[in-house]
Amino acid sequence: MTRELFDKKLREMQDDVLIMGSMVEKAVQRSMDALRTRDVARSDAVIREDQAINAKRYEIEEKCIHTIALQQPMAADLRVLVAVLFIATELERMADHAEGIARINLMLGDEPLPAIIGDIGEMADKAGDMLRRSLTAFVERDERAARLICDEDDQVDTLYDSSYLALIQEMIRVPADVPRLTYLIWTCHNLERIADRVTNICERVIFMVTGQLEEINVSRY
Amino acid sequence: MSGTLLAETIVREPRAVAARPIAIGANVQRDETAARDVRLRARQLSVRYGTALAISDVSLDVHDRAITAIIGPSGCGKSTLLRVFNRMNDLIPNARCEGRVEMDGVDILGSDIDVVKLRRHVGMVFQKPNPFPMSIYDNVTYGPRQHGVRGKSKLDGIVEQCLKRAALWDEVKDRLRAPAMGMSGGQQQRLCIARALAVEPNVILMDEPCSALDPRATLKVEDLMTDLARDYTIVIVTHNMQQAARVSHYTAFMLAGEERVGRLVEFGLTEAMFTAPTDKRTEDYITGRFG
Repeated sequence: MTRELFDKKLREMQDDVLIMGSMVEKAVQRSMDALRTRDVARSDAVIREDQAINAKRYEIEEKCIHTIALQQPMAADLRVLVAVLFIATELERMADHAEGIARINLMLGDEPLPAIIGDIGEMADKAGDMLRRSLTAFVERDERAARLICDEDDQVDTLYDSSYLALIQEMIRVPADVPRLTYLIWTCHNLERIADRVTNICERVIFMVTGQLEEINVSRY
Repeated sequence: MSGTLLAETIVREPRAVAARPIAIGANVQRDETAARDVRLRARQLSVRYGTALAISDVSLDVHDRAITAIIGPSGCGKSTLLRVFNRMNDLIPNARCEGRVEMDGVDILGSDIDVVKLRRHVGMVFQKPNPFPMSIYDNVTYGPRQHGVRGKSKLDGIVEQCLKRAALWDEVKDRLRAPAMGMSGGQQQRLCIARALAVEPNVILMDEPCSALDPRATLKVEDLMTDLARDYTIVIVTHNMQQAARVSHYTAFMLAGEERVGRLVEFGLTEAMFTAPTDKRTEDYITGRFG
C-alpha cells in the first residue's frame, strides 16, 4: 500500500511553504532596502504585494484543510500538516512586519534617515538568514538545526538592545530628531518580532520531527 | 466485582493463586498507562493452531473501564488475541495457548477455569449482528435464563435496563415481542450488546462490531461504547483506524512478519499512538504506508 497522491499533496504543500517563505524574505529585504534608500515607490510595492502573501497563506490553509478532511492523515503526516498550517500563519504575520517597515518609510516622508540608525541593517540580515535556514530545517526535518536557530534569536535581541540604546541616546542628543528616531525604534521592533516568529517556525519543525510541543527560546521582548 | 469474588466465580474449585513473578514486556507499562487499574494482564502469550504459531509473546495490559483498540492488518492475530480473553479459541480444534492471561489475579488460561462462567464475565459482540431467531425480549433474557434467573418482573427489569443501557429502549419498547431479525442492522448490533450486558459482564469484547453497519449506525454504536466504558472494560478489534482513534483510550498495534506470526508492536495511549507513535512500523501502518 502506498499513498502516492497523498505524498504528492504533501510535497506540493511543502513547496508552497517554501514559495511563501521566499516571498516573505523578499518583502523583508525590499522593505529594508526601501528604507535605507528612502525609496517610496519600492515601499508601496511591498505594501501592495502583501496581498499576494496573504492570498498564498489562505491557499495553503485551504489545501491543508482539504487534505485533512479527505485524506485523514495520521501521526507524522498529521504533524506535517499542522506544522504547515502554523508556519503559513507565522510567515503571513512576518510579511505584515515587512509591510509595517514599508509604511514607516512612507511616514518618514521627505525627511532623510537620521545619522544614527542603530544596528537595523544587521538585524534585518540576521532575521532573514534565520528565516531562510528555518525553512531549510523544515524541508530537511532537521531538529538540531531548528534548535540552533532558536538559540540565535538571542543575537537579534542583543542587536535590538544596542540599537534601542543608540537611538534613545541620539534622541537625548538631538531632541528635534525624536519623531524620525521613534520610527526607527518601530523598525527595530518589527525586525525583532520577525526573528521571534522564526523561532516559532523552528518550534513547529521540532514538533513535526519529535511530536513534542515545546517552547524553545523565550524572547526577552 | 472485586478480584476475590471474580476468582471464586470463574475458577471451578477455589484454589490459592500461586504468587510468581511476572516478566513485563518492554513494550507495555508506559508511565502514562499506569494510572488506571488493569483488568486483563496478558504475559508472554502465544497461541498456536496445531503446529502453526498464530501470535507470539504478547504482553499487554487491558485497563479497567476503558476502551482498548487492537489494530493491525489482516492476519496479524488481533482476533486471535481477542478470543483468548474469553477462551473462544477453545472452540477451535488444536488451538493452544501458552503464557498467562490474568483477570483480577487469576490465570484464565488455567485448566481449572470454568469457561462458561468466564464468558459470563467476558462477553463478546461479533462482526455481524447475530440476534437469535426469537423476539427482542427473549434475546435479552436468554443469557440470564441460562444462568437461572426466573420471574417475569425480574426478567422485565433486566430487559428494560439492558435495552436502555444499549440505547435501544426508546426504539423498541413498544415491540419487545417482535422478532429481532426484523430490526435494522444497527439495532440488531445494539441488541447483541444488550444481550451481552444482560449477564452482567465485566469485560466486553467486540470483534469488528461496526464493519457491517452504515456510518450512522456505526456512530450510534461508538457513542454507546463510550458510554459503556464508564462501567465496563471494552476491547475492540477494528480495521477502521479512524474508529480506533475516535473511541479508544488505548491502542495496541499488532503485525505479522514474513513468518506470519502476529506480534504486538506497540501499545500506548491512543492519543500518542495516532499523533506520535514510537515504532516506525506503527507509523507506517497508521499513515497508510504499510507493505
